[in-house]
Amino acid sequence: MTAGPTARLVQGDEACAEGAIAAGCRFFAGYPITPATEIAKALARRLPQVGGKFIQMEDEIGSIAAVIGAAVGGAKAMTATSGPGFSLMQENIGYAAMAEIPCVVVDVQRLGPSTGRPTSPSQGDVMQARWGTHGDHPIIALSPSSVRETFDLTAQAFNFAERYRTPVIVLMDEVIGHMRERVELPDPATIERVERPGTTVPPEWYKPFENFSGDVPPLVPFGEGYRYHVTGLHHDERGYPTARLDEIQPWLERIFRKIDSSLSDVLLYDHDGVTDAETLVIAYGATARAARSAVDVARERGRKVGFLKLKTIWPFAEEVVEHAAARLHRVVVPELNRGQLALEVERVVGRHKVRRINRADGEMIQPAEILATIEEWAR
Amino acid sequence: MKRQQRESRVHERYLRHSKKFPNVWCAGCGIGIVLGAIIRAVDGLQLDKNDIALLSGIGCTGRMPVYVDFNTMHTTHGRALAFATGLKIVRPEMKVIVVMGDGDALAIGGNHFIHAARRNIGLTAIVVNNFTYGMTGGQYSPTTPIGAQAATAPYGHIEQPFPIAELSVAAGAAFVARSTVYHVQELENYIAQAITKDGFAVVEAVSYCHTTIGRINRWGTAPDMMRALKERSVTLKRAEEMSEEEKQDKIVRGVFVDRDIPEYTRLYDHIIEQAQREAA
Repeated sequence: MTAGPTARLVQGDEACAEGAIAAGCRFFAGYPITPATEIAKALARRLPQVGGKFIQMEDEIGSIAAVIGAAVGGAKAMTATSGPGFSLMQENIGYAAMAEIPCVVVDVQRLGPSTGRPTSPSQGDVMQARWGTHGDHPIIALSPSSVRETFDLTAQAFNFAERYRTPVIVLMDEVIGHMRERVELPDPATIERVERPGTTVPPEWYKPFENFSGDVPPLVPFGEGYRYHVTGLHHDERGYPTARLDEIQPWLERIFRKIDSSLSDVLLYDHDGVTDAETLVIAYGATARAARSAVDVARERGRKVGFLKLKTIWPFAEEVVEHAAARLHRVVVPELNRGQLALEVERVVGRHKVRRINRADGEMIQPAEILATIEEWAR
Repeated sequence: MKRQQRESRVHERYLRHSKKFPNVWCAGCGIGIVLGAIIRAVDGLQLDKNDIALLSGIGCTGRMPVYVDFNTMHTTHGRALAFATGLKIVRPEMKVIVVMGDGDALAIGGNHFIHAARRNIGLTAIVVNNFTYGMTGGQYSPTTPIGAQAATAPYGHIEQPFPIAELSVAAGAAFVARSTVYHVQELENYIAQAITKDGFAVVEAVSYCHTTIGRINRWGTAPDMMRALKERSVTLKRAEEMSEEEKQDKIVRGVFVDRDIPEYTRLYDHIIEQAQREAA
């Protein structure tokens, strides 16, 4: 990212807060936790300046609950936390998936499990972001690898949340959250803003969970004359609890289809040097920075190395990975855990092609480690 | 009779007509009586249905909102007040009513309950206290009396109960009242006052569960338990003249507090004004 004259030194957490506001976030509820506290701190000051509302709740469970309540009231709403708080939020993230309430949950990952090491980086919540709440459900999770990307992906998270009526997870990590970079944040007016579509039908016809007229029925906020029911129970098209299979099954199909049929929109990634590569490096988040550096050095040494940086972690970009790795026999997946996204890569390309590089001790993976793996394998 | 006729018509105007009946409650349950009181209170205040949100958590009381033609939300166990907090903050003009059972409000939701009271956010919290977890079959709750048996206290309950109204006063609620499902008109009046109150308002509606904890303890049929509510209850005024020993087994009814404290969303409006002034 080249920095122009208006560039300034911005922290990842601050960029997250600014990206949210640029996307139209006007409600934040949160609870202090390292290394995500700076997001709350920034929004406590910034939100009222733009007419938005900030509240510090009594815990993370209350925070995500308030976010969902605010979203039902029509606000674009967000919470931010780290591993322990993310665990506490899981039940209500499932509620948002079930009731199709748009909202954004930022998880600035720190070393776990449990209290772990609050100021050490980790990518240990990848699977929690996918399967943390009970029951089958679709989810979108985005993972930025720079301060500027944190701004962009947080804004994008709101757009996905509104477009697909779903909770969206922004999976940051301690390095990205606490790192400061000299960046130029875009003028909020230039940011794409997806607004919640309204309905054209009169209130008595309105079905907030309609299955057969497009996959994302409009969600009219409470208080605007469309009185309806929202529940975490399985429900019919009007939102009333049901045990009828002819009502549950179309709903279940639809909530998965609404994201599965939009992968060209939802899957965000960068790649280079893939076409003539002999080795492919797949990385995301803070680890992508080390991977980038390793790939560049390897290329200087004449190695043909492709680089695929995933910005959308969930849904997993299986066709993208499959295509990129189709001719190859060597795929390197560095990540700050014991191998979570690697499981997905292995599922798609076959586990004998994959070399994992893992750290789950709070230290970063160094470019040299990735480079060594590339070289060792190429020999 | 005339009053009954009028009331049945009131219900028709507020209940949803499609699909949801019969309701989930056992014959003789007090929860429907609380719902009736809410409907009549809203009707008496002549509020627009579009401006009312009715939220609940999980449990028998949690099933209340689906039957009523308001903006309704059946949330997760214990969290209804937190959901309602978010909704109220972005829609301060709405009347946000939260119905909870005793387990929902004070066990799993106890933290949200005391903090909503402390924060004095303009919500109406109606706690239907039947002294047990009815839907799961009569386990002991935070209000189960000492010595009672429960599905999970086969040898008798050994924990002290929470007095909901007194707890709400101590936690900072602006309005707190207690009545029972026997004293229907009084209950309706208190609910109306709570909805009108500018601040966090609690109404404890004492009820009973004759099919679970009532059966386990042989407390009698629904009419027997209803009669007990009448016989065991005293007004706050009368209770003041009674000794602690005399009050021991009594249900004290009345308005425990009605005080003016600045309401949260109104205070936040000042925050917005201040932030915008300083930024300008």
